[in-house]
Amino acid sequence: MAVWLPRLAIDRWRRLQGCAKGEGADAVPLALIAETAHGPRIEAANDAGLEAGARPGMRLADARTLCPALRVAPADPEGDRTLLGRLAVWAQRWGPWAAVDPPDGLLVDVRAVAHLFGGEPELLADAETSFTAQGFTARLAIAPTAGAAWALAHHGPERAILEPGGDVLARLARLPVAALRLDPEVLLVLRRLGLRRIGDLAGIDRDALKRRFRDRVAEANPLLRLDQLLGRTPEPLLPVVAVPPALVQRRLLEPIRHREPLDRVVADLAIDMARELERRREGARRLELGLWRVDGETAFRTLELAAATREPGHVARLFAAKLDDLEAGFGIELVRLRAAWTEPLAADQADLAAAEAPGTSLAVCLDRLAARLGPDAVRRPVPRASHLPERAQRWQRALEPEPASQEVLEFHARPLKLLDRAEPIAVLYATPDGYPRQFRWRGGLHEVVRVEGPERIAPEWWRERGSTRLRDYYRIEDREGRRYWIYRAGLIGDGRGGIPDWFLQGLCG
Amino acid sequence: MDLSSFPTGGGLPAHARVLRWRPGLGGAQHSEIFAPGNEGSGAAVALALALALDAAAADEARSLLWVQDKAALRLTGRPYRPGLPASLRSRVIHVAAARPEDALFALEEGLRCRDLAGVIGEIAGNPRALDFTASRRLALAAERHGTPLFLVRLDAARDLSAARMRWQVRAAPSPPPRWNAQAPGRPAWRAELFRARVHPPGEWILHRDEKTGLIASAATAPDRTEARVAGL
Repeated sequence: MAVWLPRLAIDRWRRLQGCAKGEGADAVPLALIAETAHGPRIEAANDAGLEAGARPGMRLADARTLCPALRVAPADPEGDRTLLGRLAVWAQRWGPWAAVDPPDGLLVDVRAVAHLFGGEPELLADAETSFTAQGFTARLAIAPTAGAAWALAHHGPERAILEPGGDVLARLARLPVAALRLDPEVLLVLRRLGLRRIGDLAGIDRDALKRRFRDRVAEANPLLRLDQLLGRTPEPLLPVVAVPPALVQRRLLEPIRHREPLDRVVADLAIDMARELERRREGARRLELGLWRVDGETAFRTLELAAATREPGHVARLFAAKLDDLEAGFGIELVRLRAAWTEPLAADQADLAAAEAPGTSLAVCLDRLAARLGPDAVRRPVPRASHLPERAQRWQRALEPEPASQEVLEFHARPLKLLDRAEPIAVLYATPDGYPRQFRWRGGLHEVVRVEGPERIAPEWWRERGSTRLRDYYRIEDREGRRYWIYRAGLIGDGRGGIPDWFLQGLCG
Repeated sequence: MDLSSFPTGGGLPAHARVLRWRPGLGGAQHSEIFAPGNEGSGAAVALALALALDAAAADEARSLLWVQDKAALRLTGRPYRPGLPASLRSRVIHVAAARPEDALFALEEGLRCRDLAGVIGEIAGNPRALDFTASRRLALAAERHGTPLFLVRLDAARDLSAARMRWQVRAAPSPPPRWNAQAPGRPAWRAELFRARVHPPGEWILHRDEKTGLIASAATAPDRTEARVAGL
């Protein structure tokens, strides 16, 4: 059985918006766009948008001339692909296996299955009802080969069924050559040769076709595609296999109302989870603990780990810190632990030296810190391509790999520490453009004895407003030996404000 | 008081007791560095001492945990990667703690971690949480796990503490650089070791640069007697 979801992108967008067809946000013309080298291009449009004149493949600017009120949202091909994979798993309700047919189709094996649904027409009706109930527009067809089913789903009548046996070619002869799943260039060649229908191809000598299309790739070889359609050559498909997340649970005979037994149950679950993950050779990065209470209330606690782990003691300890504010009510009757995000982690030999050495590993230490202080408190500075000092570093999670970056220019001295917000200072100077002589910061007077500068850093015009002023940085040392990094924002007479202000931004070592 | 019953810092022999401190000399796992809050000298000296110890031990690329509480963060700002010593740039893990209690928790967790080269803490003032008991916990954890701790105390009074070495640090005028005599030179700090378990107190001018590492030159002759060596 072939399933074609012609409006997959728009249907998915509508599901995400949570509105029915033609209602709410779907009532106004809307297009999903992708950025291209020649400007935004429309990938899909909803019914109102199609009525207004927007067509997939059109430039957004062209569509806007037809319908100025056209609203846009970014297309998400990656998300569509993920959804298609999930749909393929779901479609296994109609057959033992299903394969994804990118970008917007599914192929389900329904051989010897149809009698369970009362026949092939009933099977198709059931599938179409199910897809419609999920909010998808679907066209379906059943045929002996995947190629024939695809051709009928895309170009055949509604809910077409091709019985096996007989002359398949004769019954498919009226379909256009596009039903052969060929590349657009090959279709263009065929059209120029005057071959418009599958029947036209069949009338040509096989050797002649073989000479004309020598490509071994099926998408570029009409003869190969024709053979696949008729079942003369096999067409292997890659079925989708569902991998359910690791899940362990405990149903409790007696509802738990106290903390101590709950901690023990969580520790047991962590041990079960460790066994389950070990079997799969995975380590957990995110764990979800669900607690069902007798009165129907539920509570969830999520744990994110800095590195993949399945160490039960560590997991139980981190969850214990998160259960302090839990309301037990009349008791908890079901506790479930689910590994929502896992990474491969090979089974390793117990490290005797590490087990003897006191102390924790870095990942465990960071997990404990993040569990108490919050995930955003433990971070690492990484460079960012920017001239502005406060933008030149970015903070990221501690164990994430460092992004590739250009070498730092070593001839600029930079301060050891940077204030979160540059603090204004009152500066005495001989001339407005000259070196600072004295400044007052946080109530203290600093007499400048040594200066280096200015190092001029212009605003990043591609990002900032036009009225942003340039900065002249000075590295200074005062009479006590304290070293600071100060700047003057702007120049006198640069037309972007009055007398320039001075700021202290960094403290040198 | 019989001092021989106390555990010695890094298993130093008895004659090391009168050894004058010099850069790279281990022995103290928990050091406190008192520094004014309006200059970067405290963190700079902590980094320099940590790097000197690091170079003496082994040049592994282990991370360095840098914990700041909120007041310290507001007072002296965050570590700035382009300004850090080159060998540390990719190794610093920063922890921003909201309260001094959280900072102490982070310090202790860091000390217990065997994969860290050292822990630097910055705590402003004399918070109630950082009493003698807390500092004793930190000192014991540092000694048990062999991770050095450098706790920078910004604008703090010299309170009771179990730290093995206690420094008073402030910025010193830098030596004139070679090419531009008007510019600030390589950083210099005036560091006074006023309490230490195994070293006599003294005062030094410390310098650090990338090639030579940490250099200490005597500022003034130590005017204190040997009797105050082993103060806790």
